[in-house]
Order: sequence, then C-alpha cells, then structure tokens
Amino acid sequence: MPKQRIAPILWLLFSAGGIVAALMIPVLLALFGVLFPLELVAPPDHAHLLAVIRHPLTRLVLFGTCVLALFHWAHRFKYTLYDGLQLKGLHTAINTFAYGGALLGSAVAAYLLLLLPA
Amino acid sequence: MSDTTATSHVGNQPRPYRRRVPILWWVRRRSYLLFVAREVSSVFVAWFVVFLLLLVRAVLSGEDAYRRFLDWTANPFVLALNVVALLFVLLHAVTWFNLAPQAMVVKVRGRRLPPVLIAAAHFGAWAVVSAVVAWIVLG
Repeated sequence: MPKQRIAPILWLLFSAGGIVAALMIPVLLALFGVLFPLELVAPPDHAHLLAVIRHPLTRLVLFGTCVLALFHWAHRFKYTLYDGLQLKGLHTAINTFAYGGALLGSAVAAYLLLLLPA
Repeated sequence: MSDTTATSHVGNQPRPYRRRVPILWWVRRRSYLLFVAREVSSVFVAWFVVFLLLLVRAVLSGEDAYRRFLDWTANPFVLALNVVALLFVLLHAVTWFNLAPQAMVVKVRGRRLPPVLIAAAHFGAWAVVSAVVAWIVLG
C-alpha cells in the first residue's frame, strides 16, 4: 500500500491506542503490578480470575487493548528514535522493528485470547 | 520550502540543508524533557502488554502457574519495573486527557463546548472505567 494511504491508518491506531492505554492500563498495572505484590490489596483467587478471563467479552476487550496499545507503542516509539536519538537514517530498520513487533505481539494476543480454549 | 532549509547540490541531486542538533537536545528544557518522557511512556505501554499476556497465560495454565506468576511479580526487580511503568503510564494518561480538548471540538446547538468540560469528561470516563475494571477483577 502506498505510504500516503497507510499513514492515516497508523495515526488512527496510535490515537485509538492512546485512549485505550490511558483508560485501561493504569488500573490493571496498579493492581497486578504494585498493589497485589506489595500485599496492600489481596489478589483474587484463581477460580474467579479464570471465570473472568473465560468470558468472551473480557477476551475481546483484552485483545483490543493489546492490539491498539501495541500499535500506539510502535508509532510513538518510532518517533522517539527519530527525534530523541536522531536515528531517522535507520527508518527501514526502525519501522520493521516497531510494526513487526506490534504485529507479532498481536498474533500472540490473538492466540492466547481468541484461539486458546479456556 | 521554509527558510530553515536551503539546498546544496551533490551531483545534480538537490539535498535539503539540515542544521546539526546535539543528540541530547531534549535535556535542555523541562518542556523538552516532558515531551521525551511522554514519548518514552510508550515503551512501558508495550511492557504492560507483555505483562498482561503473561498473566493471561498463567491463569489459563492453572492454579499453580497463577501462584508462580504472583510470586514473580513480588520479585524486587519486577516490582520496581512495574512501579516505574505505572508512573510513566499515569503521565501518559494525564497528558493524553489534558490534550483531548485540543484534538476534538464538540459543538452543542451550534456553540462550542468549553475545553475544560471535554477534559473533565475524559477524566470522568477514566474514573468510571478504572472502578469497573477493579470491581470485575476483585469480584
């Protein structure tokens, strides 16, 4: 696809990923990354969490969060390397790494959340 | 072409002039540093996706795997990484919602809604989503 046609799609994914990341990540990371390990809040038992993850709506929401967040990362990280480290000369390698990584991560998310029977 | 770019000629190919910028240009000012910190937050967004997928895999694998995952999150290195990641993700969320009024112009009966209201709606939605997610997770 020509660059002029794919650029707006990538911007849209960046923007959608930005809002999804802002809404979903802080609460999940605060719980599982900080509050449960520090034993400030008791973690849910396995049976409850398994039931939550088995629900199709949870799986769809988590899959969407993963894909959009990854494309948000790819877009922003690309410009971090371009501007912050002035690596614009390596744009082919950077694009391959960023969008290839986002696609790979999306595939893993699809396997775990959509294909794997719970 | 803007006045910051001039052309020099290599063979017959015109090449835009580019001023040299020091690689650490972004440590010079607080606003530049904040800009780069916001960009770097995306790395922690990607880390969270990895973390979330590890959690999902552990829960699907069974009770023992979930227990091991919880032990792993208490590892000081992982915990420190997640504390830093949380700070960056919070920076992302706050700056994103603060910028929302500039990205969207909402009109009601022909009059533009005040930007403060649009930002407030985003922060309100954030609070609601966070409460619902916490309620579902904690049961």
